[in-house]
Amino acid sequence: MDWKGRDVISIRDFSKEDIEFVLGVAERLEKELKEKGSLDYARGKILATLFFEPSTRTRLSFESAMHRLGGSVIGFSSTLGTSVMKGENLADTIRTVEQYSDVIVIRHPMEGAARLAAELAEIPVINAGDGSNQHPTQTLLDLYTIRRTFGKIDGLKIGLLGDLKYGRTVHSLAEALAFYDVELYLISPELLRMPKHIVEELRERGVKVHETTNLEGTIPELDVLYVTRIQKERFPDEEEYLKVKGSYQVNCELLKNAREGMKVMHPLPRVDEIHPEVDKSEHALYFRQVFSGIPVRMALLGLTLGVL
Amino acid sequence: MSELKVEVIPDGTVIDHIPVGKWLKVVEILGLTNPNGGTLLIASNVPSKKLGRKDIVKVEGRYLSEEEVNKIALVAPSATVNIVKDYKIVEKFKVAIPDEIVGILKCPNPNCVSNHEYTKPRFRVESREPLKLRCHYCERTIEWDEILGNL
Repeated sequence: MDWKGRDVISIRDFSKEDIEFVLGVAERLEKELKEKGSLDYARGKILATLFFEPSTRTRLSFESAMHRLGGSVIGFSSTLGTSVMKGENLADTIRTVEQYSDVIVIRHPMEGAARLAAELAEIPVINAGDGSNQHPTQTLLDLYTIRRTFGKIDGLKIGLLGDLKYGRTVHSLAEALAFYDVELYLISPELLRMPKHIVEELRERGVKVHETTNLEGTIPELDVLYVTRIQKERFPDEEEYLKVKGSYQVNCELLKNAREGMKVMHPLPRVDEIHPEVDKSEHALYFRQVFSGIPVRMALLGLTLGVL
Repeated sequence: MSELKVEVIPDGTVIDHIPVGKWLKVVEILGLTNPNGGTLLIASNVPSKKLGRKDIVKVEGRYLSEEEVNKIALVAPSATVNIVKDYKIVEKFKVAIPDEIVGILKCPNPNCVSNHEYTKPRFRVESREPLKLRCHYCERTIEWDEILGNL
């Protein structure tokens, strides 16, 4: 696969070989970065970050990744002060920004916006989240974190907890995990179950899937517990949110029943679903997970720019 | 005598066995109202052995390709197409759902970018039986009830 000029829009566009290749490049870059501090593969290249929606980790980690590759960054982190406020459409914004940059990273509240941007731009476009649809770079960094921690993905028992209905990270992570020989435990309130079509697809692809509401009983089975926030902003109706708010909290008491070496992950930000006391335990992997964003996004930027 | 209700065309395309009431949608989807297109002959609510009642669209002087006509498969899955040259049928085929549906169906997801930006809605056919389409943009899948409601 020639990566130069390739868009990164959806985990559905990836094969297992693509995923493994990106993870391998990220691992190489992480080692190089550790040895040299910073790299200069992307010297003279410009990344444009177009964040039509707020974000902390994703935007900063793309910017940090580009700086660590030796490139530079332009962009905006909110539509305030941009021509979008004057009513400019997405197509014109993309056609303008591509004149100033070599690669675009876009986050947009509408589903499919990144795909459309990629069709309009001649330069590579990377999706940093489109509404409740996809967040492929988050999925790749999640897989990278698991592989770096356990040395493998195959054979693991992975629990996905929380908002499995609206959470785009768990949808694409589950789809990507279907490439591997894993057992999945889908733990959520009844109201927030994983969409049926995704569960069916996972089963069709040979994944052993267990659906449950019982976190406590499932904990001892798991190698990884991937926790998600119940996202108030994705609920069409506040009453529905109030019914499930605070359904689960992962704390040290609960983790007493966990296997030794079991790891807790979270795409962050968290609200109250993981107690801060867990941060100091051997189970907490979420800040290491944040770090994984750097090598993985460096790999994606470098590959799509054709400099790696 | 019923055959004479719709004039025979010497050259062109006859789209037969269209479900009753769908002729207008067929004409729209195929862009047959274009002023440079051939003469259109339309018969609606015609008796049919196969369907009970049917619509027929005849386009004079234009030979529609199989790929072109397949665009109507969602509204008229039972349609048959005859290509006529010099009063003889030279080609005959049934419509089939193509692998991709472009510009016919609106995405039912109100937050899909295709409902907000200037672009043609596009769907990939995931399964034909039962019919399941996936939006090219928002990646949401839709099934028959939603498809009908958005045609």
